[in-house]
Amino acid sequence: MIRVENLHRHFGGFRAVDGASLEIQTGSITGLIGPNGAGKSTLFNVIAGVLKPTSGRVMMDGEEITGLAPHELFHKGLLRTFQIAHEFSSMTVRENLMMVPARQSGETLWNAWTARRRIAQEEAELLKKADEVLDFLTISHLRDELAGNLSGGQKKLLELGRTMMVDAKIVFLDEVGAGVNRTLLNTIGDAIVRLNKERGYTFCVIEHDMDFIARLCDPVIVMAEGKVLAQGSADHIMENEAVIEAYLGTGLKNKVVANG
Amino acid sequence: MDILNAFVALLNYVMIPATAYGAQLALGALGVTLVYGILRFSNFAHGDTMAFGTAMVILATWGLQALGVSAGPLPTALLALPLGIAATALLVLGTDRTVYRFYRREKAAPVVMVMVSVGVMFVMNGLTRFVIGVDEIRFDDGVRFLISAREFKQATGLSEGLALRGTQVLTVVTAGLMVWALFWFLNHTRTGKSMRAYSDNEDLALLSGIDPERVVAVTWIIAAALATTAGTLYGLDKAFKAFNYFHLLLPIFAASIVGGLGNPLGAIAGGFLIAYSEVSITYAFKKVLGYLAPEGWEPEGLVQLLSTEYKFAVSFAILVVVLLFRPTGIFKGKSV
Ligand SMILES: Nc1ncnc2c1ncn2[C@@H]1O[C@H](COP(=O)(O)OP(=O)(O)OP(=O)(O)O)[C@@H](O)[C@H]1O
Ligand SMILES: [Mg+2]
Repeated sequence: MIRVENLHRHFGGFRAVDGASLEIQTGSITGLIGPNGAGKSTLFNVIAGVLKPTSGRVMMDGEEITGLAPHELFHKGLLRTFQIAHEFSSMTVRENLMMVPARQSGETLWNAWTARRRIAQEEAELLKKADEVLDFLTISHLRDELAGNLSGGQKKLLELGRTMMVDAKIVFLDEVGAGVNRTLLNTIGDAIVRLNKERGYTFCVIEHDMDFIARLCDPVIVMAEGKVLAQGSADHIMENEAVIEAYLGTGLKNKVVANG
Repeated sequence: MDILNAFVALLNYVMIPATAYGAQLALGALGVTLVYGILRFSNFAHGDTMAFGTAMVILATWGLQALGVSAGPLPTALLALPLGIAATALLVLGTDRTVYRFYRREKAAPVVMVMVSVGVMFVMNGLTRFVIGVDEIRFDDGVRFLISAREFKQATGLSEGLALRGTQVLTVVTAGLMVWALFWFLNHTRTGKSMRAYSDNEDLALLSGIDPERVVAVTWIIAAALATTAGTLYGLDKAFKAFNYFHLLLPIFAASIVGGLGNPLGAIAGGFLIAYSEVSITYAFKKVLGYLAPEGWEPEGLVQLLSTEYKFAVSFAILVVVLLFRPTGIFKGKSV
């Protein structure tokens, strides 16, 4: 379980995250929604160790993880993706995935020579895993393409793929669906549900697509102006007057209900 | 017309020296480019790291000589090289701990880092002179010539001599081995790959579980090894003088920028490009042209584009041209 306690992150005088407190239950797929500039990505950045909080605490399974470096959090099983997709542009798609599990025997120069057989075997396993992930995401045909050449949507898939290379505990997805077409979005949604059910991943998902959120997430947390505005099931949230006013607008509710 | 003699003269005075010099520059530029790729600043202290490393190698060489150890036909300095590398690695790791790490944590701008490295440069320069003095030191022993000019003339009957010094061959072979080892490391080991990943996208590397301090430490160790080797080869080939390495900074920077900063292959190509340009532009072609020109048409002047005192102007000019027309270098590097 992740617990965020009264978290602040200010940029100069601007309070991007302004006393947010929330909980992400183990095994859930928690949605995080809110208007542009609500502080969602900033919150992710603080939790994932990219930004230091101005004040407040982040706990993971009862242990304080505030201010830990990203690579330390990675080894605790906390992963995240970027809103603007990141990739190792000069490496192939497959190499990008194989880069992820960073703690392995090939680590010292010494055993790079002495344990070559074991390393070769590990590399082979990694490669197999990477290919499985690529299959899963339906982008096997791109495996030898340089990641820098992928389209925006394909990069998003690669981002998701990275989180599937290791046994993560909790994954923070920052708008994986943005710029991805509807069919692919459904694929991603299915992937998230499967990872949650079959491999026990906990997810926290930022997404502007309310259909997507309503289909996947329970509970849903709504942020506005750096604070948590409301929390509850998707239906519950869509009934909430404050949320409708701050974010959804009146038209959307009927649309989702009609679709749903 | 005497093509053969002209060719031998060209080989002797331009190609061979430039190749050896190019290999030295390439190793130096690799160090600069690697530090730039990982730590994201141009390390002005690299020249003086070379000087310090070479000074350590010289001390170790003297020690080995005093113990009566020798490498037979090879210079003793080759045996001393690992010791020199170890000492230099300790120095740069210590510098990173005490100086650079602070600015890295502060996320200081690259310009600040560059200025910091200038400070480190002065300290290292002073340290080197303090340890070994300012005088010129020759420390090459072992076989001097593989081919001497006289033997060559006798054997071929040509009027032009060809000399091939042991240190020149050693330079090229050692540089070749270093480069091979470096590329093997970068492409086939986990640590090497994580260095490439870190250089490519730092944020993503961190979130993929790559430990930045480890990558940085490994980078410094490799940079120290490259600098010490380059400095030692240069010192064997010419002579050691603490200040010479400061002057080498310009051609080395030119080489790494021309090749594309952060791009190892580019650094090697850049090193040779600079070396060949520098040597051929400052070489007096009178002799070569004299062999090639028909009877009575031999040139009277030196046919030298630039006198050797101005050799650094060549690097400078190339640098300016590249920065003007292709700021990312010949091979695509990061723009400066
Ligand atoms: N590094 C920064 N420096 C200054 N201001 C920042 C910085 N990062 C974010 N902000 C500001 O903080 C606010 C919250 O940004 P954030 O990216 O967290 O919003 P968001 O909820 O993710 O929005 P979106 O839905 O558009 O992605 C914005 O007003 C933004 O301008
Ligand atoms: Mg955002």
